[in-house]
Amino acid sequence: MKFIDEYRDPEAARRYSHLIHDITTKKWNIMEVCGGQTHAIVKYGIDELLPEGINLIHGPGCPVCVTSLELIDKSTEIASRPDVIFCSFGDMLRVPGSRKDLLQIKAEGGDVRMMYSPLDAIKIAKDNPDKEVVFFAVGFETTAPANAMAVHQAKVQGIKNFSILVSHVLVPPAMEAILSSRQNLVQGFLAAGHVCTVMGYNEYFPLAEKYKVPIVVTGFEPLDILQGIYMCVKQLEENSHEVENQYARAVNREGNKPAQELVNKVFKIGTRKWRGIGEIPDSGLILQEDYIEYDASLKFGLAELTVDEPKECISGIILQGLKKPHDCDAFGTKCTPEHPLGATMVSSEGACAAYYRYRSRK
Amino acid sequence: MKDFTLQCPIPISDYPKVLLAHGGGGKLMHTLIQKMFATAFSNDILQQDHDSAQINLPDSKIAFTTDSYVVQPIFFPGGDIGSLAVNGTVNDLAMSGAKPLYLSLGLIIEEGFAMEDLWKVVQSIADAAKTAGVKIATGDTKVVDKGKGDGIFINTSGIGTIEHNLNISPKNIKTGDVIIINGDIGRHGIAIMAEREGLEFEHKIESDCAPLNDIVQNIVEAGVDIHCLRDLTRGGLSSTLNELASSSGSEITISESLVYVREDVQGACEILGFDPMYVANEGKFIAIVPKADADKCLKIMKAHKYGYDSVIIGEVTGNTEPIVKLKSRIGTMRILDMLSGEQLPRIC
Repeated sequence: MKFIDEYRDPEAARRYSHLIHDITTKKWNIMEVCGGQTHAIVKYGIDELLPEGINLIHGPGCPVCVTSLELIDKSTEIASRPDVIFCSFGDMLRVPGSRKDLLQIKAEGGDVRMMYSPLDAIKIAKDNPDKEVVFFAVGFETTAPANAMAVHQAKVQGIKNFSILVSHVLVPPAMEAILSSRQNLVQGFLAAGHVCTVMGYNEYFPLAEKYKVPIVVTGFEPLDILQGIYMCVKQLEENSHEVENQYARAVNREGNKPAQELVNKVFKIGTRKWRGIGEIPDSGLILQEDYIEYDASLKFGLAELTVDEPKECISGIILQGLKKPHDCDAFGTKCTPEHPLGATMVSSEGACAAYYRYRSRK
Repeated sequence: MKDFTLQCPIPISDYPKVLLAHGGGGKLMHTLIQKMFATAFSNDILQQDHDSAQINLPDSKIAFTTDSYVVQPIFFPGGDIGSLAVNGTVNDLAMSGAKPLYLSLGLIIEEGFAMEDLWKVVQSIADAAKTAGVKIATGDTKVVDKGKGDGIFINTSGIGTIEHNLNISPKNIKTGDVIIINGDIGRHGIAIMAEREGLEFEHKIESDCAPLNDIVQNIVEAGVDIHCLRDLTRGGLSSTLNELASSSGSEITISESLVYVREDVQGACEILGFDPMYVANEGKFIAIVPKADADKCLKIMKAHKYGYDSVIIGEVTGNTEPIVKLKSRIGTMRILDMLSGEQLPRIC
């Protein structure tokens, strides 16, 4: 398939593997930020092609994994109401809250619907004026424009029975939280290519400078990742810390300006709790005052709900790259995709699920 | 087949929608059975007009199977719930190398279902049964209250005769056996998903829904020492291979680059965030045969219209651990795991 097969070419993959071996003289810890990249790495066995010294750390860039337990509990609470049609991306449906997941709510009679686009939820709201339609607005900067558009459209069209449960998270603050931690191991980043298609990569220059880390904006196909690793290792070996763009076929430095403007019009930056990590200041998007009537948390009186994380699950430590999935005692035993303890196991992009699916188990 | 009209025999002006009474045992039900079902499926056994069908079978082992069909949408590119209900059960029989002969047909219809659509489904069942060479030997109709069904559900059971002496079973899978598949994967699942999600492609992706009894009979009759057959349905190639690995205790290794996925299906999978290895098929099967018979089997499969793209995708590489391994496109090895729940589309 054009523009896919080229980036899965075995010959080219081997060539890049050799190039990386040739330039690597030391041990390096490189974090791929995005869950999509983690998935590709494990699915294609890309780490098998790397020198022993290159350690890939799987970052927090899976929006399903980092959505806080209390937001999941809010979603199940709202979705179980008889007057609600609850719409969500498919991936979120199986994520366990502290008691239930959305699929269970559906089985119990809740009207839970899987969507590909938040704009479909707007249509449902128009078609069902006697119901409250709620969209679970999950994601990084990648999905923010579409969610912003849905809210904006609802306002323009005067649709009152629509709201969103906002769970938006931002990548650069998470990277900074990792870098500023005293336990930090990460020496270089593969930045999340799709986030950068929207945001560009201007935000990374201050990070690279402050923490002296190379940051390479990287795509999602095997060759993208190998090339991104090559560029990152090359910088590390040369003691350089630039921001580079491997994913130039999709990303430019400024990003998608109209999308950014729309996001800024509807959302503002706020504090966000990350599952397994905790609160990170200025790391999420919340609705602007002008759009506050579309906030499902307020609409359903759930703004004050707080929930503690279970103690057994070490997904927070895994999301920070301090441990690998099979370092966890529960991995593959008490915690499996059928009975996940934490979201890194349930989301198909979560590091634990990727290891469970593609690697041998205990 | 020729002696009934292509027009719905229950005039729409009379009953445009199925009523509860159409399953109620009275006149309306009688008319529906006589005018629609008896005409469409007419055969000597149905004409016995008994509570149960009476069948003479040759003196051989029989294969017996049942399956229920609840697909939504009911009509999809390349088929509908009717053809699916026939082919699915025919294929289950074929996978033990049986010759499918008779099907039962249980219909659960939701009150208010369009009579015209019921007629289309019934015609499709009749056509599919004719193509597969099976008779509808007995049937049942129920109508449930509006809101208690999803249009129409179908159950078919099937009987076939086993006229060979092969031991076709997962337990007969042996190290060194070769795995052959009869074509591309993922078309049925994507046809359904595209229809549900309203995805538009340049050319509609059609389901691969097809009867596999004929191609299997060709393999059996050629004297191939078949060790196992299995059709790929829900859960796709990956789930089938995992089931077989698990029930035979074998290690199976396949090459990703040998598994054929059509470009349009691959494209849809990329958009939807699906792995074609896990996407449903309705006209695909794998044959597991000794290496010595592989070329012969492949040749026979390739000569059949439902097997033009047949290919060897891997082999049984051991019997110490039940596991499926995949040699990835870029040459690395990984586990090909069974799906834990439904395949859910990714967020980004």
